[in-house]
Parts: sequence; structure tokens; C-alpha cells
Amino acid sequence: MAVLTRAQRRRASVFRWAVLLVLGAFFLLPLYAMAEFSTRGGKGRTLEPWRAMFHDPDLTAAVSVSLQLAVLTVAVMLVLLLPTMVWVRLRLPRLHGVLESLCLLPLTIPAIVLVVGLSPVYRQVTRVFGDSPRTLTFVYVVLVLPYAYRALDAGLASIDLRVLSEAARGLGAGWPAVLLRVVLPNMWSAVVSASFLAVALVLGEFTIASLLSFSNLQVTINLLGKADAFLSVAVSLAALLFAFVLLLGLSFVGAGRHRRSRARPVEES
Amino acid sequence: MSHAPLPSAAVPAMTRATGAGVEVRLEDLRRTYGTVHALDGLSLTLEPAELVALLGPSGCGKTTALRALAGLEELTSGRVVVDGVDVTSIAANKRDMGMVFQAYSLFPHLTALDNVAFGLRLRKIPAARRRARAAEMLELVGLSAETGRYASQLSGGQQQRVALARALAIEPTVLLLDEPLSALDAKVRAQLREEIRRVQLEVGTTTLFVTHDQEEALAIADRVGVMRAGRLEQIDSPTALYARPASPFVAEFVGLTNRLPCTVDSGVAQVLGTPIPAVAGSVTRGAGTALVRPESVTVTPDALGEAAVEATSFLGAIAHVTLRLPDGVRLRAQVPSAAAPQLPVGTRARVTLAPAPVLVIAADT
Amino acid sequence: MTAPLSAGRRWHRPGGATTPGVGDRARWATLGFLPFLAYVGVFLLLPTVVVVVGAFSNEGRFTLANIRALRESYVLEAFWRSVVLSATTAVIGAVLGAMLAYVIATSRPDGLLRRVFTAACGVLAQFGGVTLAFAFIATLGFEGFLTVVLRDHLGIEISPGWLFELKGLTVVYTYFQIPLMVIVFLPALDGVRAQWREATVSLGGSTWQYWRHVGGPLLAPAFTGCVLLLFANAFSAYATAAALVSQGAPIVPLQIRSALTSEVVLGQENVGKALALGMIVVVAVVMVAYNRLQRRTARWLS
Repeated sequence: MAVLTRAQRRRASVFRWAVLLVLGAFFLLPLYAMAEFSTRGGKGRTLEPWRAMFHDPDLTAAVSVSLQLAVLTVAVMLVLLLPTMVWVRLRLPRLHGVLESLCLLPLTIPAIVLVVGLSPVYRQVTRVFGDSPRTLTFVYVVLVLPYAYRALDAGLASIDLRVLSEAARGLGAGWPAVLLRVVLPNMWSAVVSASFLAVALVLGEFTIASLLSFSNLQVTINLLGKADAFLSVAVSLAALLFAFVLLLGLSFVGAGRHRRSRARPVEES
Repeated sequence: MSHAPLPSAAVPAMTRATGAGVEVRLEDLRRTYGTVHALDGLSLTLEPAELVALLGPSGCGKTTALRALAGLEELTSGRVVVDGVDVTSIAANKRDMGMVFQAYSLFPHLTALDNVAFGLRLRKIPAARRRARAAEMLELVGLSAETGRYASQLSGGQQQRVALARALAIEPTVLLLDEPLSALDAKVRAQLREEIRRVQLEVGTTTLFVTHDQEEALAIADRVGVMRAGRLEQIDSPTALYARPASPFVAEFVGLTNRLPCTVDSGVAQVLGTPIPAVAGSVTRGAGTALVRPESVTVTPDALGEAAVEATSFLGAIAHVTLRLPDGVRLRAQVPSAAAPQLPVGTRARVTLAPAPVLVIAADT
Repeated sequence: MTAPLSAGRRWHRPGGATTPGVGDRARWATLGFLPFLAYVGVFLLLPTVVVVVGAFSNEGRFTLANIRALRESYVLEAFWRSVVLSATTAVIGAVLGAMLAYVIATSRPDGLLRRVFTAACGVLAQFGGVTLAFAFIATLGFEGFLTVVLRDHLGIEISPGWLFELKGLTVVYTYFQIPLMVIVFLPALDGVRAQWREATVSLGGSTWQYWRHVGGPLLAPAFTGCVLLLFANAFSAYATAAALVSQGAPIVPLQIRSALTSEVVLGQENVGKALALGMIVVVAVVMVAYNRLQRRTARWLS
């Protein structure tokens, strides 16, 4: 764009590269340090901690638990949140503010505070559902609400929900069919987005699990850190990379969705 | 508008007596992106105080031309000359041109008055004077009551008026309008284009107006330039452009056209049995296609007529009647709406053509 | 008006003027909201109530003793340190994050740079905690990569345990504050329309004038809001500090940990709840301010 002169553009370019390089280095340094640390052996490099990762029973159990929690949380979140959001949009528009406030409330009540009040609640929960760490699903859904709500809300806003649902109902569809056959397919990328965010959150959750004395991935890694520093660093790096790949994949899924272009179509006429 | 002239923000050689426009010359403008020629040798001269409309389909380069004039678009080659001064290499913010964008250009955090006064603020005009000038401009566009409102509180048409006032407040040498009405409703569009023309005539600034709506262009411009694929196909007064299109593209882009088979011999075309003079640039002999305007066609109900009515469109003051001729040719005629009830579908009618000169193009185009 | 028909039948209308069963339908409709309300009530509202009530009670009786316990010096110091830590990392994170967000926003909308950096920021902002703590232990801990490099090659000795003090926490927190800033500030930057820049240019403004009169004022509420959000985020953060600091409780979240996990002094069981209430108050105030700024941002930049 000729809005900037050539000299201005060069300066801007220098600025961009400086920022990207400096901050890029800042972010990559710990990752590199983790890779370096976790491969320190007696003589040079070793991949022993990385191999041990897959064989440590506590760790594999914890990974399994966390993955199960992730799946369960996504499922419960979708079943609870999506129909409610659709229903409020179509039939209870006056409750929209209430719904939004409730969903964003967890941002104001941090996990460390929530866990303080959760003990009596969880005493009842474990009485009914047993003391498996999978019961953490209930509270994880609450933690995920703000992020899932925003993602799903953006998705619902981009489809004309009222028109689609009325058309479907007019053709004879019942509410489950409207949800499953009309709404869901049209907001697929928003649902995927919300799910990925939920997975990332669940895999990274430590506060509530540790203070309610459950054992999930992060709690186990933390315990491991006291025993075997190399192994715990290796696992941390692996977990971080996994989440990165996950979210990178997400950005490709959500790519076609909404990004309103800043640039006007200058090349057009 | 009597007050001390504003300090110039641009090249010192420019003279600006209030109310007198300047000449603008676009000389052989070229803009290439890889293999795409957005501008392909566009040359155009705007006379002082003239309003020239650039008309054309999307992608024809009209907005690129306007932005090149403004300095917002780089040129691969060519010159832009304003009042005798070559401004091609002058930065956009020093060209002293007022620009009105299609939409969303008002600063949302400023009131209408502050928006209009913005250019003056940049030129360090003291607050009292710039407020007075801004109020004056808002009155010029008919919005004195809305000075304290924000963009979100104004309708689309009002926003564009404020944008116009803002562009004019700095007394620019050239006024540039980039499809200012495209984002508005039809009724508002019609009203606002008259407003824009009125204001432009009053202020006297040389103006370039880009649009894809031919009605707009014909209604308010002194001259209309039709563009296609980066070049100017024809530039003429609206009446000349309409009556004597220089090419089939212009004939079909501006107004409605019928394509009728004919034979030409020494400057006269035989169309539907009527001899009609052919304009310069037509095919000179042999078979051809004559481009005839609907209003040149007269339809008379006649039981023995060769044409049959296929459809009628009621358009308010007039109606368009589509007829089918024996050889399969379809013809669109314009009739006063009072005549439409006599031409229901299926009526046989007689068709006569006015002897107005027509453009005849090659038979197979 | 004839007797209202049941909610289901909408098309048999015996000449009545009003829609039959509208009151019923509204009531049925509200039922649809109940499952969600119940769920959130049990797992979010109830614990909050427990905290609030517990802060004011001791063995079932109303008391202000817990609140008064907050006036102990070690508690006040913890609050102060929390505030300083949160404010510092919020400002540093906001400034650096805004720069990075600007670079991302001005790059190609579908380009690789934007996608990679946005994904990276998404991970780092969300996924901190324990793994981040270990990342920094591997970098700046006792035998961390950087510690070793600085000691062996540059002769700079980092005091052992630096990482586990406030300064160390500041560096670690910045690691997730910057990405969070990018995520929350980027939409605002995307909302700045190209036309505003072009309009300023055509009116004769320079780059500096653009930022001073248009870009700056428009982005200021968004920026300030994001600083507040980052503050609340740092203030509430627990996992990273918990993983780094095993002994002691320099900041409020760790104070809560002590209150929950250590042997409780008689009569002070609910001090943890009072601490939690204190946290809610601070975070709530910040979030309310944030919301107000967000609304203005949305009005201008969406």
C-alpha cells in the first residue's frame, strides 16, 4: 500500500523482524532448554527419559486419565451448552444476558477460589459416583465454559439460526433433528474450536485436581519432578508439543470460518 | 464562504482561489500486479471545477485510478499532474485531496463535528476557527442538527454526508469519491447524489466520482468515462454517451440495448425495414447488428402486425414490452404506462423504429 | 377469549384473537434453561456461596474473625506481592504482547506466520502451569541450560533459588502473559479499519498523527482492558507458582494452598475461605472495569 513511503516501509519491516526474532527467541529458549535438559546423559545426549516416558506406569495411567477427562469434558460441555445456547437464542432471548454472565463467571471465580468451596460438593459427588478422577469432569466443564461459550457463540452468530430452525421445523423436524442435522453441521468449525480449547484446558489443569487430591496428568508430572527431573521435563515438553500440534490443526479447521478481512478488496476495481 | 485561506499542506505552487477548481491530468497510467493489468494506459483530463464520473464493471480499474490519483496506490508507470504540477512522486498525505470512501470511514470515537474538523486539526488551525469551519461544512451538507452525534448514531446517508463535509473542510484541490453511494438504500442514493452534485457545484472543486451505477453517473456528471479492463473506452457528456456510444461495450453497459439484424450500405442501415443512418465507427457494408434503444421503438397494437407481445414489465412512469418477431428476434420497447394495458401478452403489434442514428456492429459479435 | 389451548396445537384457532397457550409456551420454554442453570448452580454458584458464607462463619456461627485474620502482616504482604507480581507482568506482557499482536495483525490474514503464532499463543496462554514451571527449571533452575551457559561462558552466577522468588516468578509469568495478550488484543487490532488510516492520510496526516489522533485513542480502551485482564489472570494463577514454590507462600494463591493443606490452627479453619473471598473481591473489581472497557471497544472496533 502506498500509504507508507518506501523508507517508512523499510523501518516497519525492521521493527517486525526485530519483534519476531526477540520474542521468538524468548519463547523458544525454554523449549530448547527443555529439550537439552531432558537429553542430558553421562556422555553426551541420551533419549532415555523419552523412552522411559512410555513405560512409567504412573505416567501412562495419568495420561490415560487426562485423555478420558478431556473426552468426557468435551462431551458433557457440548450436550449441556449447545442445546441451551440454541434454546436461549430461539425461545428465551431475554435470558441471553443471564446465560452469558453465567458462562463468563468462571473468569471471575478463579480455580484456586472455586476449589476452596468445592470440597463439600465433591464429598457428595464421590459418594454418588465413586472416587475416580473422572468425576473431575463436572468441574472441568465449568472451567471450560467461558472459552467454549465464546467459540460457540461466534459460531451461532454466523449462521442464521432462527431461519434455519424455522425452515427445518416447517419441514417437520423435531428438536433433536434440528440440533443434530441442521445446527451442528453448520457450526462444525465452532464446535471443533470449542472442543480443542476444552481439551487444551483439561490436559493442562492442575489446581483443582491437586487440591482435591486427584491424580491427573499435571499432578503426576509435578510429583515426578521431585523424583526424576529429566523425565518430568521430557514429559512437559512432549505435552506442550502435543497441545501445539492440536491447536495448530484447529487453526486450519477454523480458517474458512470468519476472519473478517481488515483489508478492503483493493485489487478489485 | 469568506475567511482567510487555509495554510496549504501541499506543494507550494498550487493556487487555490476559493471556488476555482484546478485542472487534473492522468497521463498514461499503468498499474500491473504480476500478469494483471489493473490500469492499462489510462489517460484522462479533468477540466477545472468539472465533475467527471468513472463508470464501469467491477475490476475495470476505476477505483485503482482514483486511488492512484490520491496517492494511495502505486503506479507502475504514468504521471499524475494537478494544476500543472507533477504529483506522481508526492506522498498521499501531501497531495491535498479530499476523499470520500464507500463506507466506514468516519472515526468512531469522534463526533460528527470533530470528524469534519479533523483535517483542520492536523493543520494546526486553532480550535475556535476549526469548529466554526466544521459547523459551516455540516450546514452545507444539511446536518447542522447532528454535530454532536457519533458515527454509530447516524444513518448511512448521514455518515456519508459527514464524510463529504470532512473532505471539503480542508478546501482540497481535488475531491475524490470512491463509490460513496454503493452501500446505501436506493432512495437515499437518489437523494444523496443530488446533494453531492449541489455541494460540488457550490464549492467548485474538480471532482472525480467512481461508480458502477450508470444511472448515478449519467445523472450528475459533467462528463462520464466508461472504463473496461484498465482503459477508458469512451468519455463524453452523458447525453452524447447515451445517444452515440462508441463501442458495443459502452452501448450495452449504459442503458438498455436491442440487438437487431440489419444490412448496411453506404452509411444507411436497413433495420426491420426502416432505413436508419449509421453512426461513425459502424460496419460500412454488408450484414451487421444494429444497437437500438428501447425508447426508439414504437409499438402499435395491430391484428395484422408481425410482432407478438411476450411480456410486459411495469416500471412506474414507463413500461417495457418484450416482443417476438417472426424470425425469432426478441425486441424490447419502451411505452408510456398508459399504453401498457392495451398490450397484454399475446397481442399482435406493429413495430416501427425512430430514425435516430444507430451503431452497427459486426453481425457475429 | 376462549380457554387457552395446550402448547402443542397452534393451528386450531376457534376465532380467538390472541395466540393460544402463549403463557404455557413461555413457561415450557423456560424449563429448557433449567438443566444448565442447575448444573452451573451446583458446580459454580454453590461453591462460591460456600466460600462467601464460610468466610464469615466459624463452626456455624457468624463471625468476622476470619476477615480480621486477613490483617496479619504475612497475609497483607502476600496480597501486596500478588498485586505487584500481577501488575508488573500485566504491563510487561501487555506492551510486548501488543507489539507482537501488531506484527501478527499486519501480516497476511491467511499466512503461515499468523497461523503459527496464533496457535503458539493459544497453547502457551492456556497451558502454563506445571509444564511451564519445569520449562523454566530446565532453563534457569540450578542446573538449567541458561544457568550453565551463563556460568561457564560469561561468568555470571545466578543465585540458586532465584527462579523461586518473586523476580523469577515475574519472568515465568510473562511467558504466558504475552501470548494471552496477543489472543485478547488481536481482535481489537483486526477491528481497526484500513479506511481510517487512508482517511487520515488523505486529510494530510502523518503516521505519527494517525497514531496520536486515531489509532491510539481507538485502541486505548482495548489495551487498558487487556492490561486488566492480564492482571486478573496473573492474580488468579496458581499452578505455576505451586510447582515452583514448594516451601512457603509468598503470594495469595499459595496462602490458600497452605490454608487448605496444612494443619489448621483451631479457630482458623475458615481463613482459607476468607482469603478466597479477598481474591474474589479483587478479581471481580478488575473484571467489572474490564467489561466496561470491552463494551466501548466493541462499539468502535467491531
